[in-house]
Amino acid sequence: MAQITLKALRHSYLPVQSAPADWALKRLDVEWRDGGAYALLGPSGCGKTTLLNIISGLIEPTEGQVLFDGQDVTGLQPDQRHIAQVFQFPVVYDTMTVYDNLAFPLRNRGVEAGEVDQRVREIAEMLDLTPTLDRRASGLTADGKQKISLGRGLVRSDVNVIMFDEPLTVIDPHLKWQLRSKLKELHQRIRTTMIYVTHDQTEALTFADMVVVMNEGEVVQIGTPVELFERPQHTFVGHFIGSPGMNVMPCAVRDGTAEVDGIGIAAANAASCPAGAGGLEIGVRPEFVSFASESDGGGLPVTVEKVSDAGRYQIVETRHGETSIKLLVDDPTGIPSENAKLRFDPAHTQVYRDGWVIGAERAAGAQPEGGDGHA
Amino acid sequence: MSLELRQVTKHVGADVHIYPTDLRLEPGSFNILLGTTLAGKTTLMQLMAGLEPPTTGTIHFDGQDVTGMPVQKRNVSMVYQQFINYPHLTVYENIASPLRVGGVAESEIETRVAAFAELLRLSPMLQRRPGELSGGQQQRTAMARALVKDADLVLLDEPLANLDFKLREELRDELPKLFADRNCIVVYATTEPTEALLFGGHTATLFEGRVVEFGPTASLYRQPGDLISAQVFSDPPINVARVTKSGGEFSLGEAVRWQASDGLASLADGDYTLGIRPHHVTPGESGAQPVALDGTVLVTELSGSESVVHFTMGETTWVSQSHGIHAFEVGSSARLYVDASQALYFDADGHLIRV
Repeated sequence: MAQITLKALRHSYLPVQSAPADWALKRLDVEWRDGGAYALLGPSGCGKTTLLNIISGLIEPTEGQVLFDGQDVTGLQPDQRHIAQVFQFPVVYDTMTVYDNLAFPLRNRGVEAGEVDQRVREIAEMLDLTPTLDRRASGLTADGKQKISLGRGLVRSDVNVIMFDEPLTVIDPHLKWQLRSKLKELHQRIRTTMIYVTHDQTEALTFADMVVVMNEGEVVQIGTPVELFERPQHTFVGHFIGSPGMNVMPCAVRDGTAEVDGIGIAAANAASCPAGAGGLEIGVRPEFVSFASESDGGGLPVTVEKVSDAGRYQIVETRHGETSIKLLVDDPTGIPSENAKLRFDPAHTQVYRDGWVIGAERAAGAQPEGGDGHA
Repeated sequence: MSLELRQVTKHVGADVHIYPTDLRLEPGSFNILLGTTLAGKTTLMQLMAGLEPPTTGTIHFDGQDVTGMPVQKRNVSMVYQQFINYPHLTVYENIASPLRVGGVAESEIETRVAAFAELLRLSPMLQRRPGELSGGQQQRTAMARALVKDADLVLLDEPLANLDFKLREELRDELPKLFADRNCIVVYATTEPTEALLFGGHTATLFEGRVVEFGPTASLYRQPGDLISAQVFSDPPINVARVTKSGGEFSLGEAVRWQASDGLASLADGDYTLGIRPHHVTPGESGAQPVALDGTVLVTELSGSESVVHFTMGETTWVSQSHGIHAFEVGSSARLYVDASQALYFDADGHLIRV
């Protein structure tokens, strides 16, 4: 097990870099503590696989260092880094038994038979594979095979980190729940550093203690699932995490109060907004929006455009001018048929400037390059 | 056009892929086939399209038997999970291809391709080839091609499964709008209960080659007629436990008892199966009839806005899904509450006991 440090890391697939867009991975400084459960979350093309390949040693970064427990491993080959990896598609030997599949990574490294047997049986037990140990892998279903892949990733006790690259993509939803909670349970038991790469917010948030959100080669926020939900540092995080994502409405701030079309909306951080600032938006999640009752007074007038029944709650789509605002409602009888007005929970309503939340430090490693137009 | 399957089956060698199925889909309806991989969704679609003949039974369009009619004559279009486009043709030509086959006039082709490209936000990409597009754009191209020819039956086989989460959300929003003012029958296959709910329309729950139940999506979700249907239509999985009714009370194991509600008081004494969705099992008392469950925590998943707690009580594993953050230690004892007023009860044959 190891603490992983990424120091001033940058990577480009081009031989010469002239513009910020030439960097697949923009400057990154991150420290991942020993035994943590981390997720790398972002859309396709955000750089998460590049980062994973740099950690595993498949790619040498253009700049910067990768440290395991303070030791520079940037120049080491993948096999010298003691890493286990689990991929999107099951990697198993069909002709071998489940037992031999699990034993393979250990035998390959000359672990003696007694210890192999003990580890294999231990892992098989954790993954409910014990009854199938003597069967050939070829007869198993996709999720059965993926369990073996997970087992092969988990079986070695000498690894620095286990990395999972979209491991549940091919699995049906009801089995996803099982495997995901299994993985979480295993992490809580064996406490190896784990890094889980995914575009699926549910997987990232439920697996990880700490989530690294990436967009366009940049880390936009590193935080606990609660932080990402309650205090998105960037409107991208608000949009990407949460389903539906955070509402964003253009606004102005006058004398420390946010306004949309001249209607005052209380926001937690409006007072810290510098005078005369442009590019302002209010961000508030659908969970923190509700219909204002007559007695509330005020509120933002909207028209109700669509109600979708999500089973546990209703997703109500409203519109104010050009802006679409969604909210979640438990009881559909509470949706007004006319003169609807919205209120926003002030503690969870924030003002953003050029995408970044006002008054908060940016995520570690998320500082833009000097003078590239962000600030 | 209406579509009807009458006693349709599909056997492949000795394997039964589809058991006798009756299904009637109305003109202009949006229908979801919901089930796990291998439940029979794709086979059912192939039968509807005419890509595969049924082993027995007949298929009717507007009452007319089309069982032996080949796919080319059925005016059907299909979109698959894999993004299928002609790689050597531009996006424009990809979308235009079904119209060219149908011998539509050039000016008409231009108008319709432009309209569907606009609808699916492909207008700036019309001169590109599929290889130069993102996954979402490729799938939108395939959808535009499926829609442009004004088919009577549009079959969508997990079309969003290979897309990023957020893109899926976006296209899921757009899809029903595309069919809003058309009279075709849409059939949409998915493994995801949430997707079925958000589309609304009608849903057929499928399990191991059978259509278990077919009905309006929201009511099927709330009152599944069958335990299997309830299990197919639940994410996270619905909690299932054996309970015993005796007098006016239900009991679960030794220690847990609750009063049968008015509608159930007259139910015969005996064993029943309880089904209760995870969001009716909560860390605090909630709902009309909270009943305490004392269990041992297996694992807790926190998603930022909600907590999913897996715990065991006796031999049964339970899942709780609740708003807010409830961080239980693994292995600790915990008390959670099930809202018995939201419980579904099923008889020995798995049929819902309607109250």
